[in-house]
Amino acid sequence: MSSIISLSGIQKYYGDYHALRGIDLEIKQGEFFSLLGPSGCGKTTLLRVIAGFEDVSEGVLLLDGADMARVPANKRPTNMVFQSYAIFPHLTVGQNVAFGLRKKGLSKDDMAKAAAEALEMVGLAGYGDRAAHALSGGQRQRVALARALVLKPKVLLLDEPLSALDKKMREQMQGELRRLQRQVGITFILVTHDQEEALIMSDRIAVMFEGEIAQMASPQELYRRPATRRVGEFIGVMNFLEAKQTGTSEKTINFDVEGLGAAEIGIDQFPEGARASADVVGLRPEALSILFEGQKSTGRVADATVQDLAYYGDMTYYEVTLEGSSTPVTISMKNLISRPVLERGTKTRVQWDERSLVIFAA
Amino acid sequence: MSSALSTGRLGLQIRLPHATFAVSCDADQGGAKQISTRFDTDAKRGLTLISPTAIYVLLLLAVPLATIFAFSFWSQDFLSIDRTLTLKNYREAFTDPIYRVFLLRSLWISGVVTVVTVVLAFPIAYFVSFHVPPERKALWIFLITIPFWTSYLLRAFLWKVILGFNGVLNSGLLGLGLIDEPLTFILYNTNAVVITLAHAFAPFTILPIYVALEKIDRSLLEASQDLGEGTARTFFRVTLPLAMPGVVAATLIVFIPTIGDYVTPRLVGGPDGLMIANMIQTQFLKLNNAPMGAALSVLAMGAVTLISLIFLFANRRFLK
Repeated sequence: MSSIISLSGIQKYYGDYHALRGIDLEIKQGEFFSLLGPSGCGKTTLLRVIAGFEDVSEGVLLLDGADMARVPANKRPTNMVFQSYAIFPHLTVGQNVAFGLRKKGLSKDDMAKAAAEALEMVGLAGYGDRAAHALSGGQRQRVALARALVLKPKVLLLDEPLSALDKKMREQMQGELRRLQRQVGITFILVTHDQEEALIMSDRIAVMFEGEIAQMASPQELYRRPATRRVGEFIGVMNFLEAKQTGTSEKTINFDVEGLGAAEIGIDQFPEGARASADVVGLRPEALSILFEGQKSTGRVADATVQDLAYYGDMTYYEVTLEGSSTPVTISMKNLISRPVLERGTKTRVQWDERSLVIFAA
Repeated sequence: MSSALSTGRLGLQIRLPHATFAVSCDADQGGAKQISTRFDTDAKRGLTLISPTAIYVLLLLAVPLATIFAFSFWSQDFLSIDRTLTLKNYREAFTDPIYRVFLLRSLWISGVVTVVTVVLAFPIAYFVSFHVPPERKALWIFLITIPFWTSYLLRAFLWKVILGFNGVLNSGLLGLGLIDEPLTFILYNTNAVVITLAHAFAPFTILPIYVALEKIDRSLLEASQDLGEGTARTFFRVTLPLAMPGVVAATLIVFIPTIGDYVTPRLVGGPDGLMIANMIQTQFLKLNNAPMGAALSVLAMGAVTLISLIFLFANRRFLK
């Protein structure tokens, strides 16, 4: 598989403000790629650089092997779904979808046919004659998608396309977008600040902070092995505990972890360059579990007190403090019929697995 | 529910569909009746609020209009008014060519003024909306309205000074050696009327077009580019259609009042630049024929209304 997009050393300044600080990125043909980060991290700027709405201060952008430096937005093989959808209010749904087809030199009938097909693809068959301003949020989003996809771009850019939808609609559209992407085989680049959305939809995710890519990896890799504490914090929930190195052997390094005690961590669990500086370890809420009365432990065990809890129906999130530590630790437990929901102040035991401890590179 | 009814806010609520629904669920215990009384109270309050303006408008607009309308069906009998209804004035207005000339010239001048003003105003509005940095827009709009600080009459006089035989323009051009003798086609004719009126109405046209341009979501222009269109095509396919409500408003704002203008043609129009309003004034004041003047007024109003409605109808797809 070849790279459809290749960015190297992209820098972007707005006056004194350094919006993009040296972005290197290769995106493969047919990939669902996400740019994830908090607001102001430069993810939207990067997307607009690719679309051609912002010129770069430095660096090279190749689109399907061609340098895009002097190519304006209207000549690039990319199409965008805007955050506001940017549906033309003075046109009908069909005219919106056919807007970009004028350049393709199609006959009127062919244009109408292509627009109708695109609308059918996004589940809006027969909406062609409707006025654009009479659509709901979800429908506008679909029209924006159809309008971009009907031009068969090499890359589809999506700028927070689901952020304006309510939760139910958003979840439905996440699935539909993913299906659509597989169906058309076009490279999708999604900008989002919603880590859950990025995890659900992407083949690969680049996490950005302050104009830089902090980590680029598959969703699983990103969740299991966040490179930095900040990435770990941004994606899902993560507990951080102080750790002191107590010794090394050939394949493991021994730590004394705050509240949990001795831990032998395999060298393969260390990301590159992490060994010397590791003084804090991360632990996902599901890597710890509460030992209910009469349950036998299958790993290492520590004593804890329940400080607080949040009941979600299918899950309960406990906030506990470990014996000998004051750091609150979050534990998620599936609610089974055989399991009680513990009350605040309950003394209990928690079980953990040293293989799920995360060591950070920095 | 009963507490909600007694808050007095229900008059507002029941206009919302879901609130109507909520109310109708409880309507079985005389609720509906209570609502209607509430609504009447609200309506009363509303009428009280608008009544000063309404009375003012009624007295100063509707009554004079009705009077004019009535007069147009009466006739002048030497010094007194004959109040038997007759179509005599209208018959005369349609048969005597002088009235037709005045009315058609007025429509023509108003049309030209409108086109000139709107065509010149659009680029200014566009520039302020798209190219002036946001923090300076208010200043620009303020500067555009500066001509209003001087009275309309004074401005018309000033144009006379500028366009006159020995005026600023002619002496300037003569001094520069660009012309050998003063230009005469710029004063005391329809050109002078058009120039003066176009200047007077420029701010009225810039503002509505500017507002319409400001309302255009800039991402629509990016979307058009993204879909393959260049700057010019984007303007004609997106910007202009979306600015049309402003252009239509600007057109009507200029066209409707210029038909009735009589100060400017009087001052700078000369004999060939006089408009229907000057004729109406003559009928009322000099010829002492108020019924004829009234009939001409009604005809002028009718013509403007008709043309405006046709114009609105032609542009209806932009005004949704």
